[in-house]
This record gives sequence, structure tokens and C-alpha cells, in this order.
Amino acid sequence: MSLTLLNVIVAVVIAIAFAAANAAYLVWAERRGAARIQRRPGPNINGPFGLLQPPLDGIKLMTKQLMIPGGADKILFMVAPVLAMAPAIMSFVTIPFSEGIAAHNMEIGVLMIFAFASMGAMAILFAGWGSRNKYSVMASVRAVSQNVSYEIPMLITAITVVMVNGSMDLKAISTAQAGGFWHWNIFPSLQSPLMPISFIIFFICSLAETNRAPFDLGEAESELVAGFHTEYGSMGFGLFFMGEYANIVIGASLTTILFLGGWDCPFGMFPGVWWFLLKIYILIATFIWIRWTFPRTTIYGLLNLSWKILIPISLFNLLLTAGLLKVF
Amino acid sequence: MGGYFSEIFNGSKSLLIGMGITFREFFKPTVTVQYPYQTIKMSARFRGHIELIADEEGKPKCVVCGMCERACPSGCITLGSTSIEIEVDGKIKKKKVLSKYDLDFTKCSLCGQCVENCSFGAIEFSKEYNLASTRKEDYHFNLLERLKRLEERNA
Repeated sequence: MSLTLLNVIVAVVIAIAFAAANAAYLVWAERRGAARIQRRPGPNINGPFGLLQPPLDGIKLMTKQLMIPGGADKILFMVAPVLAMAPAIMSFVTIPFSEGIAAHNMEIGVLMIFAFASMGAMAILFAGWGSRNKYSVMASVRAVSQNVSYEIPMLITAITVVMVNGSMDLKAISTAQAGGFWHWNIFPSLQSPLMPISFIIFFICSLAETNRAPFDLGEAESELVAGFHTEYGSMGFGLFFMGEYANIVIGASLTTILFLGGWDCPFGMFPGVWWFLLKIYILIATFIWIRWTFPRTTIYGLLNLSWKILIPISLFNLLLTAGLLKVF
Repeated sequence: MGGYFSEIFNGSKSLLIGMGITFREFFKPTVTVQYPYQTIKMSARFRGHIELIADEEGKPKCVVCGMCERACPSGCITLGSTSIEIEVDGKIKKKKVLSKYDLDFTKCSLCGQCVENCSFGAIEFSKEYNLASTRKEDYHFNLLERLKRLEERNA
């Protein structure tokens, strides 16, 4: 019994450390990447290649005062940043990094991750509502409508993958794709010939779910000051920031497991955790690359993309896959 | 229906073209100047505050004719002179020498009338731009001292 408890504690500590380290250094990677795309060097003063920037930013955020604006709903205001970070860390628990590296493998891993991912919208809603600031409310309403409309195509594509693999267990989905890239779910098969399109839909939805540019209407700096976290300073803001990056890691991990074969090597050599990490960091680099390429969409363009294009196509894909699974 | 799919196709294509552009830019060298560590040469037409030009001996070219002082619409320039005795061809002659050239840069509008009116090419715009200060006394320049300092640095 105590051993299980110890296991849980170790797993949680590792999950928090992994999430926090990723959040800190993805900010650095994001700033360096953005700078390179804009032909600037980026943060390069603190430490070699500016690698000391994230810890110094952390110290700066932690030493600042946490201000609660007058008239704000104190409880919601304080709960929101925690609610942004906690589900992200909890989702790490069920993600299998490799055959033997998973804190706790669950039969219903896919369901659990989506359940936690939908809590992110609550954090944004609480933050926007609790701050008593019209910009925050506007932004949170936008972000929630966006999250709701992008969760649908994301779940439908996930259901397609679950149907093809016949399991909700992330580990089982990964192992089912072992043995070279033609076994991966992204590769069109007889049972679901539209898998590459599913992958693209899932990728777009994970961009939108994490409120990343070009879908960052929740924080739209140029229109809404800083969106839902306008009133947050200090580590309250820091937690939102870390939560965003932790969610990016979750999104990339989920995309890797569902479509890119998890820890499987494309050429059938040395399967292991490094392939998983390589895949998620390539996906994250693409996230960053996309953010610094495209301008922000309008709210109409965003909702039209979801309701008029992604949902019909993913529904069609679901029906087609269901029919073909029956035939073959 | 055809328009629906062609819109999706064209939209995706334009997005990929955009990503191609940023991908190429990513690998190009940076173009920014790292300011405190690097500076760029100011262009020939840059107007800083005026400064005195030295002759071959390192003395100011200025002959204290006072044209710049008179031309200045804002009255920024104050000249001062002393006479010294020098020996030319065995005779002792008196000569006027610049003893003071004060510029009140707080009033200067950089019109350049002083530079235009100087018949001896003795003043010129400097390329100085790091002039931030919180005290206005810092903008009362003693150009003679400045010239001396620059000459010492060059020597």
C-alpha cells in the first residue's frame, strides 16, 4: 500500500517537474524561434544562448506582488490560475512516454485527457469573470465559445482513431501502431482512407484548444489588452503561462500517440522514449512556427472554420470509417 | 459545392506558402544591431550638435570671426577670444585665438546656419547621439574642451 503511495508521489513529482521545465524552456524556445523568424537574435544576454532567461523570468514573476483588483470575485480570481495549471499536470499522469514509462496507464486514457482538457475552458471563464474587467469577460467569452466549437471536431477525430484501434487505452493505441511509419494511424489504411485529413483536423483543433495563435482570441493583445489574464500579475500570470505551454506539450503528446505511432521508430529501429520526445518536439516546433507565421483570425473566421469545415469533414470521416470497419 | 472545396484548397495552399516564407527566413542571418554592444556608422547627413574642426597642428581652425554667433537664430553660441603674440618673419605680431566656444544645446534647433556661415570650415555637425541626461547643465557644451579631448584620444 505504502509502495503504491510512494509510486504516486514520485510520478506526480516527475510530472510536475517535466511540465514546469517544459513550460519554462518552451518560452525560451518560443522567443528564440520567433526572433529567428523575424531575423533577430532573441534573448541572448543571460547565460549561453540566453538559457538562463527562464529561471530569471521566474524569479522576477515570483518576487512581484499579486494584486487582486477591487470588486473582483476573490475566490474565482485565485482559483483560475491553479485550474489552468492543475489539469495540465494531471493529464501527464496517463501519457505513456514509452513501453515502460507511464505514471499510471488507464484503460480510458483518451477520455481522461479530454475530460481534463475541457477544464482549461473553465479556468479561462473563471479568470475572465472573476477579474471584473470588461476586456477579460469579452476575451473569456470568446475563448470559451472557441474551445467549445473546437472540442467537437477534435473529439470526433479522436473517436475515429479509437474506433480504428478498438481501444481507449493510450498505450494500446501506441503499441497497435508499432513497426514502421506505414503502420501509424496517420498513414491512410483500407479501413480509414482519410487519416491524413484527420491528423490535420486534430492538429488544427489542438492549436485552437491551447489558445495558440492564429487562434489566440482569448488573449488578443491588440484588441483586448491581454484578454482573460489582463488583471493577473506575478505568479498568477505565470501559472496561466505555464499552463498554456504544458497544454501544448499535452496536445503534441496526444497527437503523437494517436497519429504518429507514439514511441515507435519510423524505420523500426531502437524504439524508445527518445522517438516520442523527438516527435513531440517537432510538433511543438511546428506550433511555434505557425504562431509566428499567421496573423490572428477573426472570431467569425474561427467559428466558420470549425462549424463549416472541420465538423462536417470529421463527421463524414467518422461515418466513412464506421462503414468501412463494418465492411472489412 | 465546388466553391467550398476550392476555397479550402486555396486557403491551405496560401497557408503553406506563408509557412514556407517564414521557414526560409528562419535560416537567414540576423539583421539587427545589438545596440549597446554594436553601433552603426551615422550617415554623412546626420546632424548632431556642432563641433570644432582641428587643423594639422591640432588647434581649432576657428579664427574667431564671430559669424556663427551672429548667424545663430537662437543665440546658442558664445565665443571668447584672447590675443597672443607670435613671431612671423622676425616681427612680433598679435593674433586673436579662440579661448571659449560654448554651445547651449538646449536651445539649438539644428538649423545649421552656423555651419553654413563659417567661411573657414571650422565647425561641423558631430555624429554624437548618446546624449541622454536628466540635468540640463549637461547640454551646455564646452566645445573647445571637447576638441582637446578628441585630439588627445586620437593622438
